[in-house]
Amino acid sequence: MSKNRTKVVVTGLGATTPLGGDVPSTWSALLAGKSGVRPLDWEGVEELPVRFAATLEVDPAEVMPKHKLRRLDRSQSIALIAAHEAWEHAGYAHGERPGQTVDGDRLGVVISSGIGGLHTALNSYDVYKEKGWSRVSPFTVPMLMPNGSSGHVGIEFGAMAGSHALVSACASSAEAVGYAVDMIRAGRADVVITGGTEACIHPLQMASFGSMRAMSTRNEEPTRASRPYDKNRDGFVLGEGAAVMILESEEHALARGARIHGIASGAGYSGDAHDIVQPDPTGSGAAKAMRRALVDARLNAEDIVHVNAHGTSTPQGDVAELAAIKAALGEDVAARLCVTATKSMTGHLLGGAGALESLITVLTLREGLVPATTNVDDLDDAVDLDIVRGEPRELPDGPIAALNNSFGFGGHNVAVVFQRYV
Amino acid sequence: MADVTEQEILNGLGEIVEEIVGIPAGEVTPEKNFIDDLDIDSLSMVEIAVAAQDRFGVEIPDDELRNLKTVKDVIGFVQGLAVDAPGVKK
Repeated sequence: MSKNRTKVVVTGLGATTPLGGDVPSTWSALLAGKSGVRPLDWEGVEELPVRFAATLEVDPAEVMPKHKLRRLDRSQSIALIAAHEAWEHAGYAHGERPGQTVDGDRLGVVISSGIGGLHTALNSYDVYKEKGWSRVSPFTVPMLMPNGSSGHVGIEFGAMAGSHALVSACASSAEAVGYAVDMIRAGRADVVITGGTEACIHPLQMASFGSMRAMSTRNEEPTRASRPYDKNRDGFVLGEGAAVMILESEEHALARGARIHGIASGAGYSGDAHDIVQPDPTGSGAAKAMRRALVDARLNAEDIVHVNAHGTSTPQGDVAELAAIKAALGEDVAARLCVTATKSMTGHLLGGAGALESLITVLTLREGLVPATTNVDDLDDAVDLDIVRGEPRELPDGPIAALNNSFGFGGHNVAVVFQRYV
Repeated sequence: MADVTEQEILNGLGEIVEEIVGIPAGEVTPEKNFIDDLDIDSLSMVEIAVAAQDRFGVEIPDDELRNLKTVKDVIGFVQGLAVDAPGVKK
């Protein structure tokens, strides 16, 4: 492999999350330790075992016209909203808005969703049952397909280098970021719009995850429910949202004078080959993904100063991941680095999580501030790594690097490495 | 139909088009071609046809939908068929 491999940098960020309708509001809420978790007020919600979720702070209806919303699944509308913010943030033109342009044949899209258009599928089936087939929207198929967001974003920005949608449950959009890096390194694109989206806070999903006993049932204190590493954690909190980044070859970014927010250094993958939903309790698959990410990034374990953990607030998963971090990076490095789990504030965005936490990791390195994990009142005795709690933690100067972990049902393990651009 | 005027159908269609594709109702004038002038895609035309059927109480068969290229075509179709149609909203 050439030593002069293409360096991939981050030039634009966009998001709509339970903490805010854009990146600045989401980031300031993360630093302030706010919670995006809210009680659900659906009719019949009292029948469900879990009656809260991390719902969007800004509903898409507030920022997108009705006629556009009616042909987009909620997951697709928020992917477009996040993509627009990222595109504008990167300094690119759109419609009548001035800015720089990119050759469509050199522009790619990789946007994932773990679930796809769940609301569309279920609502359309209700229409079918109540009113018959002819009243089912002709947009139902493009609205429910999990690659719909990638397709829509590609159309919106004229991306013709390739449009992809990798699906691996809660690791989906971490894989998307890794695939986007590869597209640029392989020379198939100069610029890639990448990220993830999820919007499946629906009674069926609450029932399905509820029947797995996977979610927190802290119905009396929703904002306190997502508590990674706390002794009394009892499951994850379902969230919704989208996060999109503009990745670009360094050469392309420098040539147009773009502001560079960080380096997307590489990604590592592994399969647990163990169980369809339970992570391998030894954490060996997770550790492999992290080690492979370092190899892909051409970095040493010593370069990593911070991990944005998968940390979903489940009793087994949180501690198993910490053991995997130690196994992958070594005891010495693990003892020095700091870990945070931002799902304590955002909830778990499933297929959107990897992209959102990648975006947060980029900002963490750029700003030199690690958002604290909230709700850790009583640290689990099994936790022996430095979990950032209370106030955000300052990071050292220099070209430091960080890992973002994402693990998904199916045994998909993905670790993405980012470096500060100096 | 005697008591549904061309203007009423036009107004109704305008509202439907605005609701479904976001084009202001005022731009929906009789001579406009749905595809060439209003830039409405085929799937949206299916939605508009279903809404028009509900609103004007007519059936628009798929074969017929292909022939309805302009706003005026739809007005003519509705007027021709709506004479005895039940449930026409007045």
